Amino acid sequence: MWKLLQIELYKIFRRPRTYIAFGTIAALIIILQVGLKLDGQEYLDFMLNSLSKFDVSGTVLNGYMVCYVTLQMLLINVPLLVTLIAGDMISGEANMGTLRFMLGKPYSRSQILIAKFLAASIYTFLLLIWLAIFALLLNLVIFGTGDLMIFKSSYLVIINHDDIFWRYMGAFCFAFLSMTTVAAVGFLLSIFAENSIGPIVGTMSVIIFFTVISTLNIPMYNVIKPFLFVTHMNVWKEFFDQKADAHNVGIPGTLQNPQRIINSALVLLAHIVGLVSLAVYIFKKKDILS
Amino acid sequence: MKKMLILLFTVPFCFLAAAQDMTDLVKKVKTKLDQVNDYEATGVLKTDIVFIKAPVSKIKVYFKKPDKFRLKKDGGISILPRGGVSVTVTNIVDIASFVALAAGESTVDGYPVKIVKVLPSDENNEIVLATLYIDEKNVLVRRATITTRENGTYDVSLSYGSYSNYGLPDKVVFSFNTKDYKLPKGITLEFDDDVKSSDMDKLKNKKGKVEITYSSYIINKGIDDSVFK
Repeated sequence: MWKLLQIELYKIFRRPRTYIAFGTIAALIIILQVGLKLDGQEYLDFMLNSLSKFDVSGTVLNGYMVCYVTLQMLLINVPLLVTLIAGDMISGEANMGTLRFMLGKPYSRSQILIAKFLAASIYTFLLLIWLAIFALLLNLVIFGTGDLMIFKSSYLVIINHDDIFWRYMGAFCFAFLSMTTVAAVGFLLSIFAENSIGPIVGTMSVIIFFTVISTLNIPMYNVIKPFLFVTHMNVWKEFFDQKADAHNVGIPGTLQNPQRIINSALVLLAHIVGLVSLAVYIFKKKDILS
Repeated sequence: MKKMLILLFTVPFCFLAAAQDMTDLVKKVKTKLDQVNDYEATGVLKTDIVFIKAPVSKIKVYFKKPDKFRLKKDGGISILPRGGVSVTVTNIVDIASFVALAAGESTVDGYPVKIVKVLPSDENNEIVLATLYIDEKNVLVRRATITTRENGTYDVSLSYGSYSNYGLPDKVVFSFNTKDYKLPKGITLEFDDDVKSSDMDKLKNKKGKVEITYSSYIINKGIDDSVFK
């Protein structure tokens, strides 16, 4: 199994397209960093415009804040980058005509498929580590540390600077779960296609379709929203809210809604297990002709 | 009949004159506060504002005559109602020209106080009206209601301890109405929390509070102007 995983990882990282995602993330973050470093005050003034009746003092535009802005922007687009690889895992082999040859190895179809999915998950993990290095660590070096101020839809949260890092670790772990779910969708669709364009476009269409449904505030759709994986993909933001006492004083080290994080993580985990199991089931029964 | 008429006209003026004569008391407070040229205070800031969730934080407060004021949180962000916290009792009693009218007597935290309405003569002064609850015996302002031109009305409650000789409080509580304050939706694309707007409207009618508890003061040791920039 380990040998299979090594082979799959070698295949992924041998392809130039794998590095497009890493390059895109680095380029986007650097552009954002340059923009905020040179013109951050204007962005900040716009953001704090709503607090015109308050005096806000301290370094609002610090590394933690820039990282939060970066994640908000990028975690919407990272699924596309994950799909580029996950959607190609089986269909790519079919396209190159190596699928039958691959299945001739002394491994079961389940083992081959699980090794491929694990390789796609490791790619997703490395992509998020890359994102963390650029979005968190590099921003902390450039912009420094400080308290994190976040505007929620109806209130504002300030988190102490010594209470933030673990929240980012939690958020990145949660993002990994979300992106692995996307990878699982791409992986499943990859079984049905003979080239990678179909699964990539298909996965993005599924995400867009479900995202639109999950943002519609129509009672009929509210019933299905909790079962859609896209509804849970944004729950990483829950790590950046804390409980408050009866006097609205934030309690450091707490999460406002830990149960929501657990529930969403379980839903995503169930999706991953369900989608991969379905992929294995279908693949085992499939007639491989390419 | 003539005597009656004279009495009828003069008595109200006598009462009025007596009612207006609170300038001396305000000046006494000013003399006490004038001992302080500058201070650096260490304390704890607690905000109780319905739409702000902020933890209790350690702060440093700097003051320098005549009106320089700065609150700093080490490596952190502090949000305070504009003008509210920085308008101190010193600012009120430092008004160059004002009218101080007596408005009765009361008790604050068990201390008997004189209620004094302070009206600045200068129409452009940021403070429009201040009601001071002055503890005449200890020459301390125990409470104040301040109406400002730009930043609305707020109440200030002051508790004193070891630094009462200088007129500096151990604890200050600022209260203000939060109904006029609003946050725009969508600045960070956050639309997903479950708070109903009707609930938020109810909450907005609550009073907001900012509480500063001072643990120590360093008085008249000189503070560089760069601190206030």
